[in-house]
Amino acid sequence: MSNRKINWYKYAAPANFYPLAGKMIPLFAVPSAILFILGMYVGFFVAPTDFQQGESYRILFIHVPAAWVGMFLYVMMAIYAGIGWAFNARLASMMAQAISTTGAIFTFISLVTGSLWGRPAWGVWWVWDARLTSTLILMFLYIGFISLQSSIDDVRRADRAGAVLALVGVINVPIIYFSVQWWNSLHQGATISKNSFKMAPSMATAMFLLLGACWLYSIAVVLARVRYIIREREQEAPWMAEAVA
Amino acid sequence: MFGWLVYRDLILAWRRRADVLATVFFFIIVTSLFPLGIGPERELLRSIAPGVVWVAALLASMLSLGRIFGNDYQDGTLEQLVLTPQPTYLVVLAKVLAHWIVSEIPLVVIAPVLGLQFGLSQNTLLTVMISLLLGTPVLSVIGSIGAALTLGLRAANVLVALLVLPLYIPVLIFGSGAVQATVTGTSPQAWLLLLAATLIVSLVFAPWATSAALKISVE
Repeated sequence: MSNRKINWYKYAAPANFYPLAGKMIPLFAVPSAILFILGMYVGFFVAPTDFQQGESYRILFIHVPAAWVGMFLYVMMAIYAGIGWAFNARLASMMAQAISTTGAIFTFISLVTGSLWGRPAWGVWWVWDARLTSTLILMFLYIGFISLQSSIDDVRRADRAGAVLALVGVINVPIIYFSVQWWNSLHQGATISKNSFKMAPSMATAMFLLLGACWLYSIAVVLARVRYIIREREQEAPWMAEAVA
Repeated sequence: MFGWLVYRDLILAWRRRADVLATVFFFIIVTSLFPLGIGPERELLRSIAPGVVWVAALLASMLSLGRIFGNDYQDGTLEQLVLTPQPTYLVVLAKVLAHWIVSEIPLVVIAPVLGLQFGLSQNTLLTVMISLLLGTPVLSVIGSIGAALTLGLRAANVLVALLVLPLYIPVLIFGSGAVQATVTGTSPQAWLLLLAATLIVSLVFAPWATSAALKISVE
């Protein structure tokens, strides 16, 4: 047993988390940039040209990670919002608010890149199929969360109302997903599954490198964003004067 | 208490009949706009009718959501209702039931008439009614979450649309799917069962979320 125990609750206080987040940002931002450059290199120069889709399939190297991260961040946002609501933890609610913007941006990127990829692959910009439509709905859920939070002036009420909405949304996401799937499906089957890995290894490498880059990027950006939120909400606090000075 | 609350809301709605009628006329006008915008071809209208009727019902019931809690919030009654020893869950259920009777039942009744305008067969009209009967309570109860969250906010009406419409999508898909199935001559049973399942699940869980949202908005 080591004597040095880290008191995790200490960092639930914005006053302690603020400097910690400042120190942690480079730890995530730098590896993210490295992974991004590596992934781009593998994606553009190492991965072979697809025999069916030509060069345009390379859009998927950014599209797939963006879609994954966009979906996962919604769950993370709901978890943080729920913690903030249940335990009255200010910092968790701030994290939820910080995540919402990043998640919405990634969802938007995945929609735009998907559309750019769909034009050469399917011949159309947009297809009303299950996955596209449910990503679009996910985007609507993010927009609902962000606009609800920003239209409530009282911060505590905004956090709690956002938490209710995020949790209701998270319960609804699977229902929406399956309903949309039964409604229509033209999409190609899932390429990445446990049993069949129907990708060239170098393609998978590029995709996972960029997935890591997107992950680390979102952690870094969320930390930076949460620092701004802390500064905005705690500007009256005495510790803020010391931290900024 | 439950019955009393429903009775009270019904009386209040009866004294403001014009509000209820406005929702119904909105429903009628929206469905009538589609043939004007698309053209009078009978086959085309018949194929879009399920979607049109359901989307119009969605919008009409969304418009009336503000009335579930709005007036009670303004005159302070809502605060007293939340403070009563009865669970807020029951208060929510009672108000949602009253809203359904006042704002949604007229839509269910009027929908077959609108279906006739689109040349739907009798069989299909029956499915329209059954699917609306199963689906509109879901709209009321899920909509109550949005209504409770946006109480007293600026631009609450627009915000309710942003919050609630994405959550309505499964109901829209199941409901119009049932009607579409009847139009194409297959059995709508699977869709109606899904709609019924959605109804049961949302009746159990949504009032809980609404009462949480009410407590946040009222405090």
